Amino acid sequence: MTDTAPLMPRRREVHPDPYDPAYKTSVTRSPKLPLLALESTPTEETGPLFTHDLIGPLDNNLIVNFTQGKGLAVGERIRVHGKVMDEQGRPVPNTLVEIWQANAGGRYRHIKDTYFAPLDPNFGGCGRTLTDEDGSYEFMTVRPGAYPWPNRANDWRPMHIHFSIFGHAFGQRLISQMYFEGDPLIARCPIVETIKDRSQIERLVAPLDMQNSRGMDYLAYRFDIVLRGRRQTRFENKLEGM
Amino acid sequence: MPQPLDILVETPSQTAGPYVHIGCIPSFAGIDGIYPQDLAESPIADGAKGEIITISGSIYDGTGWAMRDAMFESWQADAAGRYPGMDGADPKVSGFCRFAADKDSGEYTLRTVKPGAVQTRQGQWMAPHISIWIVARGINVGLSTRIYFAEDDHSADPLLSRIEHRPRVDTLIAVKDDQGIYRQDFHLQGDLETVFLDL
Repeated sequence: MTDTAPLMPRRREVHPDPYDPAYKTSVTRSPKLPLLALESTPTEETGPLFTHDLIGPLDNNLIVNFTQGKGLAVGERIRVHGKVMDEQGRPVPNTLVEIWQANAGGRYRHIKDTYFAPLDPNFGGCGRTLTDEDGSYEFMTVRPGAYPWPNRANDWRPMHIHFSIFGHAFGQRLISQMYFEGDPLIARCPIVETIKDRSQIERLVAPLDMQNSRGMDYLAYRFDIVLRGRRQTRFENKLEGM
Repeated sequence: MPQPLDILVETPSQTAGPYVHIGCIPSFAGIDGIYPQDLAESPIADGAKGEIITISGSIYDGTGWAMRDAMFESWQADAAGRYPGMDGADPKVSGFCRFAADKDSGEYTLRTVKPGAVQTRQGQWMAPHISIWIVARGINVGLSTRIYFAEDDHSADPLLSRIEHRPRVDTLIAVKDDQGIYRQDFHLQGDLETVFLDL
């Protein structure tokens, strides 16, 4: 049985505003009434756990996983790696990390995406892995292209990779996006700007990591992820009102 | 200056976007061959103990439109109120399911086993419930809520008891229709706005 101590409350001020008129879709998709806040219960303190037998050998390599190794995706080859930790700074081992992204031209393999950029017959656009004992993970992929999207008349998404992370508790569940150092579209994106604290936006921007790049092969980007932590105390198991 | 606190800060959320299906349920998005099957297509295996139930409904945006692109995750205890990993938990209940709104109708369906009541660490009993997490384009931070069941006694449930505006309790309670299917709709705004949670 894993640790089931109470979760630290989510610090809502570091997260995006649910309602942000500059991101038009959020206007009708944000609750108007306050969230009901309570201490976590076993429902939030437990969660689905996954084992390494779930993961196929090519699952974390988006360059080849769509063709199962028969062909290579088009684009700038990159390695994305990092560590999943909790707010106590402890590594989160054996947790599922899933990613999805557009291809090198900025096109998703999805019925709803009708952008001019062509599909790449060798690129599906998703991958997954489990973190190691020290919380580390890595993917091989191609750098996703920027693309225009219907919001204001001329809005573009910066290059980005979507991340889905589980942790060990359902209350740690998180979906976010990784951006790339130096992309001028980051500062012009209304989805990025739903986060009002600039220092928090920077935490979603992965730096180029030349030391972990490989000559004549790929560039590396480093992206660390922090999930909610658990309170560390022995003063929890008390009866109500005591 | 006091000593600095060495607590890290959770990574900020971003919307799952319109293409969340590619990453989380690729077969649903028409991308086959990368994984043998989508993750967590069912929260139970054959032989799960307890009452098998079906829950169906939609999630409505602020205009009353049933969203066609939402993705849901559910997490629940087994029929005896034990979460997977706990001593004696039903090995046929994984407790976790992913499902999506239908792209044409917006309707979702969850087939599972009815969970048992769960005790909190303070010794209170939470009425049977399923935890729901909802993501979609336009939802900047995933939304948490719960599904309770109309036939149960909710009078001592510590979460439902905390809802000040009593009519809003009903937004968390699924009711069986004449086909025996529980109906549970989620409303992002309006008179029927669902109680969303921060636990």
